[in-house]
Amino acid sequence: MEIQLQYYLVVSCFMLACGIFGFFVRRNTLAMLIAVELMLNAADINFAAFNRYLFNDALEGHFFTLFGIAIAAAETAVAVAIMINLYRNLNSIQTKDIEDMKH
Amino acid sequence: MEITLQNVVFAIVAAAMMLCSFLTVTTKNILRSVTYLLFTLLGTAVFYFMLDYTFLGAAQIIVYVGGVVVLFVFSILLTRSDKNLNARLQPSKILSAAIAALVGAGVFLWCMLTHNFASQVAPTGEELDMKVIGQTLLGADKYQYLLPFEAVSVLLLACLIGGVLIARKR
Repeated sequence: MEIQLQYYLVVSCFMLACGIFGFFVRRNTLAMLIAVELMLNAADINFAAFNRYLFNDALEGHFFTLFGIAIAAAETAVAVAIMINLYRNLNSIQTKDIEDMKH
Repeated sequence: MEITLQNVVFAIVAAAMMLCSFLTVTTKNILRSVTYLLFTLLGTAVFYFMLDYTFLGAAQIIVYVGGVVVLFVFSILLTRSDKNLNARLQPSKILSAAIAALVGAGVFLWCMLTHNFASQVAPTGEELDMKVIGQTLLGADKYQYLLPFEAVSVLLLACLIGGVLIARKR
């Protein structure tokens, strides 16, 4: 029994749905960022699986995943810096407490 | 229809990933949430290994597990998020979020399960040559990625400076 492309897609689809749900439900900005990471990861799985199963001699999906990982790491670093700064100013990183761009 | 070792590994990893990604967004303790995220990311690395993209799996483990998750744990402890995750939401909001996620997942699943994909090539077990990856990443011809590579390096430098600038003590 071969592993089909659809199996990977189902797993990543479930992961994306979890990310969407978490992004709506969480009220802590760090928890929302974790949900965003889940969604990005689901997209990365899709890139790699499509590349391997449908375009086996090309490398586009592989390199898009590689750049996606790098950009996700960069985005996380900046977001975490912003949240630490927010916590220093407001003593909270809940979404309801963050109202102004400048404090 | 025989069941190979690869099927068993795939089934176990897929089930663990789905469970962990669900627990990531539903657990009340944010440190546990990060731990479940860690297992989900490790499962993704296993998927890359199974697709014969060994370099990609290694990059996933180094960048996500070694970098991003550690950054999350540090920032959770620095912002005391483990004490105040109070997700005291109205049930109607949770319900509407669940409906949005389920409808989205349903549409995606319907699209991908009814679509006839072109001829699929199963992974043969021979991994992508490291030499090919390096030459594709640093070549300037068509289908080669020198320019995005340099753009990412500039982006990472900008993030480094921006992160230090934002988070420093005044």
